[in-house]
Amino acid sequence: MSNGSKATRESFGEALQKVGAEVPNIVVLDADLSVSTKSVLFAKSFPERFFQMGIAESNMIGTAAGLALSGFIPFVCSFGCFVTGRYETIRVSIGYNRTNVKIVGTHAGLGIGEDGYTQMGLEDINTMRAVPGMTILQPADDLTTHAAVRFAAAHVGPVYLRLTRQKVPTLYRSEQVFQSGRAILLKEGDDLALIGTGATVYEALKASEDLSEYNPWVIDIHTIKPIDRALIRTLGDKCRTLVTVEDHNVIGGLGTAVAEVLSDGHSRARLVRLGVQDNFGESGKAEELYDKYGISAKKIVEQVRKILK
Amino acid sequence: MPETKLIEKLQRLATECRLDIIEMISKAGSGHPGSSLSAIDILVALYFHEMHFDPKNPYWEDRDRFILSKGHAVPALYSVLVRSGCIGQEELGTLRQINSRLQGHPDRIALPFIEASTGSLGQGLSIAQGMALGLKLQKKEQKVFCLIGDGECQEGQIWETAMSAPKYGLNNLIVFLDNNNGQIDGTVKEIMDISPIDEKWRAFRWATTSIDGHNFSEILAALEQARKEEDRPTIIIARTIKGKGVSFMENQIKWHGTAPNEEETKKALSELRARL
Repeated sequence: MSNGSKATRESFGEALQKVGAEVPNIVVLDADLSVSTKSVLFAKSFPERFFQMGIAESNMIGTAAGLALSGFIPFVCSFGCFVTGRYETIRVSIGYNRTNVKIVGTHAGLGIGEDGYTQMGLEDINTMRAVPGMTILQPADDLTTHAAVRFAAAHVGPVYLRLTRQKVPTLYRSEQVFQSGRAILLKEGDDLALIGTGATVYEALKASEDLSEYNPWVIDIHTIKPIDRALIRTLGDKCRTLVTVEDHNVIGGLGTAVAEVLSDGHSRARLVRLGVQDNFGESGKAEELYDKYGISAKKIVEQVRKILK
Repeated sequence: MPETKLIEKLQRLATECRLDIIEMISKAGSGHPGSSLSAIDILVALYFHEMHFDPKNPYWEDRDRFILSKGHAVPALYSVLVRSGCIGQEELGTLRQINSRLQGHPDRIALPFIEASTGSLGQGLSIAQGMALGLKLQKKEQKVFCLIGDGECQEGQIWETAMSAPKYGLNNLIVFLDNNNGQIDGTVKEIMDISPIDEKWRAFRWATTSIDGHNFSEILAALEQARKEEDRPTIIIARTIKGKGVSFMENQIKWHGTAPNEEETKKALSELRARL
């Protein structure tokens, strides 16, 4: 782990500006949150390819679908909860129409903090997973976010990119570590695996230090759909306990996706899903919320010790 | 073509399309005859006079686009696609059947001449706006035509697009509102009154005209006017009759989404054939 930390929405804004310079048919739409989503960087560099759609997300999504049908690669940006909250529009205008639209949801999960539940994307992975053909990416640090944006622009098909408001520590030294659909193996271990995505990858990694007596595996699942089935099957065979950690409702998120892979095979491993337990979030500092809802490194350690005792 | 000749041709085609609509919905055993019959004259004017397209190449870059936002009226669209040579007549018999390209609501993947898959109301207009914006960015002259329903105007998304299209000066977006005053549960007026509908669109800064949606000279004149707009989108509010052309279906809410039985089909077809 190298020094430095940055919110993945910041990395996204910079990456989009960079990729936008290379790919002339990228267009960007935002619904009055461009300063927060950081699409404002693209807007400043390429004003003729940026569309401020006002506080009207459904129309933004439909317009993006039409732009895609004219040969453009639209990125639609808002908070994760607001943009995926227009599920029915995404389902038909993007999903069923097979439009090449990239949905960017920032301020994911409890990590938004003080703003409280209505601004938290806590069910967005669940709903986006249900759209056939949707790729879901949640990078954990700066460079993998750059890689994810590059991948989204090149990939033909809809993508949901989930990003943090809060800063996350730098984990990787190269963009090359990101390969879509392939989880990153941060640590190989013995009987226990800690599996994170986005902001919780760092929490899992930090927890693994305190849990060194178990020598846990640590995995970064940046591509939640299609998920790295091979690696999860391997973990299911080699470990007795898998622990997923996500800043999302445990219903329909990372834990569910891992459970689906395990249930297709013959693994006898136990799966523990840490995350928001079928509940709403609330206001507080991001770190306080991570503690309260059991997904901070400290709480991961406590829960794992209890389970393995 | 002199206008009277042209209008006679369009009227004849519209009657032929009405025959197709009744036959295909009757064979399918379900579908929406009321809305298909109220919208068909507009579609005939678009496909047989106004729009540039290539029946042999659905992906021709310089084509005008049409999006049926009120996707349930798709039998009307299938009939003009058949009559203009885009798809074969024999395919109409497969409407709504398993493995058919003619899905119950338009599916652009199944059938290439469909520009957008629709059926969830309120979405087609946003997609049409995106296409119009895309064509502008590419500095292309083609137009995007879109048909929405009056019941569909109860959807919030319609008004989001009503607000945004003038901002982008989309004079290449021309929308028809099929104002047949009917929806599944009753009349538009009693379900959720949208009036004064023309004043609403005008207030959103659209070029707004009201016409008789079954009168071809009024439809053609409104389209000609729309082409002259320099910096704003057009909406043509077409007063129509649900079930138009089949006496027992006209203005009867029941026929919004019910297929005619054998006897009713016979009666409807003979009424229409008498007009050819």
